[in-house]
Amino acid sequence: MTHISDDTCSEDAVLATRRENRVWKKFKSHRSAMIGGGLAAFFILIAVLAPILPVVEPTATDWFAVRKAPSLVHPFGTDEIGRDVLSRMVWGAQASLLAGVVSVAIAIGLGVPLGILAGYFSGWTDAIISRCTEALLAAPFLVLAIALAAFLGPSLTNAMIAIGISATPIFVRLTRGQVLSVKAEDYVESARAVGLPTHKILSRYILPNVLPPILVQATLSIATAIIAEASLSFLGLGQQAPAPSWGQMLNTAKNFLHQAPWMALWPGIAIFLVVLGFNLLGDGLRDALDPREK
Amino acid sequence: MLAASSSSINSSLPVFSVADLNMRIAGSPTDLVENFSIDVFPGHTLCIVGESGCGKSISALALMGLLSPTEIDIRSGTIRFEGQEYPVSEAQNARHLRGDRLAMIFQEPMTSLNPAYKVGEQIAEAITCHHPFSSDEAKKRAIEMLAKVGIPAPAARFNEYPHQLSGGMRQRVMIAMALVNNPSLLIADEPTTALDVTIQAQIIELIRNLQKEANMGTIMITHDLGVVAKLATDVVVMYAGQIVEKGPVEAIFNDPQHPYTIGLLSSMPKLTGQRERLATIPGTVPTIQSMPSGCRFSSRCPFRAAICKEKPVARSFKNNHSVSCHFAPLDVILELSV
Repeated sequence: MTHISDDTCSEDAVLATRRENRVWKKFKSHRSAMIGGGLAAFFILIAVLAPILPVVEPTATDWFAVRKAPSLVHPFGTDEIGRDVLSRMVWGAQASLLAGVVSVAIAIGLGVPLGILAGYFSGWTDAIISRCTEALLAAPFLVLAIALAAFLGPSLTNAMIAIGISATPIFVRLTRGQVLSVKAEDYVESARAVGLPTHKILSRYILPNVLPPILVQATLSIATAIIAEASLSFLGLGQQAPAPSWGQMLNTAKNFLHQAPWMALWPGIAIFLVVLGFNLLGDGLRDALDPREK
Repeated sequence: MLAASSSSINSSLPVFSVADLNMRIAGSPTDLVENFSIDVFPGHTLCIVGESGCGKSISALALMGLLSPTEIDIRSGTIRFEGQEYPVSEAQNARHLRGDRLAMIFQEPMTSLNPAYKVGEQIAEAITCHHPFSSDEAKKRAIEMLAKVGIPAPAARFNEYPHQLSGGMRQRVMIAMALVNNPSLLIADEPTTALDVTIQAQIIELIRNLQKEANMGTIMITHDLGVVAKLATDVVVMYAGQIVEKGPVEAIFNDPQHPYTIGLLSSMPKLTGQRERLATIPGTVPTIQSMPSGCRFSSRCPFRAAICKEKPVARSFKNNHSVSCHFAPLDVILELSV
């Protein structure tokens, strides 16, 4: 009643929040997206909190508790040299998510600028970048990642680089396509009519307007990258023993499927859930960010 | 009612002139725009009229240097602007002029603002990319400019995003952005086409007032003859990439010489007198592939004769009025309703 003088300001604030809420509201009402987001958040939390969670050392062996079934002392059981599977799962989450996030960051860092250049400048720039992208896309994603990881040498860092490079072409293509449509927008032409230099048009007019689909692709790519990291670790090209990772745990577990099925069960479930989570989250984001859907 | 007077047409030098602009789609044998020459005087408004696809907008984009050289081949044409002279094909390199000395307003205010940034920031950016102002100063000037184009609560609007503004508001923002650096030439490409009628009148009024205040030359592209009557000092009538008639607005409205101009004017509804079926120009603009070799209007012209197979030369007569027609100047003043 006494806030008449603030009228214009409060009205503007209402408008602003209303828009921000639109995406969030759509996302919130999307049940599977919320489940996906919850799963992803759960695993991210575990990965981040691994150092302070009350679990034993993941590399500590106990020769009196080899391949023990789940119990109160070892809720997830123990592995073939008596290490606590729960602890290895927790620390393995860190390797998996780190690999997922870092490799997608590499892919975005390489792919988005290349895609913007190819889309905006067309001509020779586009021809060269697009042909290279197509050449990379011709090789299946996982095969390419394995080849690169083998070439770089086995380690988690190299696995992340290999996965990142393998995922780059998807981002180049996606960005290029988006740029082709955004650069034909009237506001890009009016930016040129205002006399803005090309680098400003690229960074302030093109980039922000191509981001939403890239964000969705990034979320979905994290899921793919986590599988890729698990696969590389399974093959021994990723995380090196004794440091824990889910893929490598599966690799060991496959030798004891009959004697100690829990060794394979937990990493399998975890990979399934985290990938499911990121996929649902990506789908939900896509629906929420799509302006055509109500 | 014809508003502006053009009695003093030779009183000053043109602020902007283009001579002999010719361009075609890269690889095409036919000119898209032929022999396009215009002069714009300070404080005057030159209206370019013609139906869709006659080359109005593309000529404007060429003058601003916004065409891609890989798509459009600019074969000739010279711009003289503020004492500088440069070929139209070099206009794309004149970034320092764009947005500073030469400004442009587009047709679609709904899509001509970057949805990702606040409108005020976009105006401030137009200032700082040409002048070494601090961001605070630029912001202050941007808010002043928003006030000048009639936006209420400019300081609050500065922080709004384009989607929060109506079409008329956005066009005001576009005008503010174009005029914030006090350009000496404004090119407005159908600035009111996308707006509803009451807003159209306001925007036209706004452009006219700002232009008068700054003594700026304006090129107004339109197909609305009402806008022409209200704003124009000079009129250029284009048909199929050619200027068919140009001259002071009184001459064009009262003594049209080219059959196309006559057709355009007689297809305008009248407010008084007996209501009749509106006159139309039969047929459509020929496509670039099927362009008649002589006079480009000959395929639709009611006065077509054998001589029209040859290209007409622009003839000028009294008062800078010039016409590209073999039969001009006409001996009689045609009754428009016929």
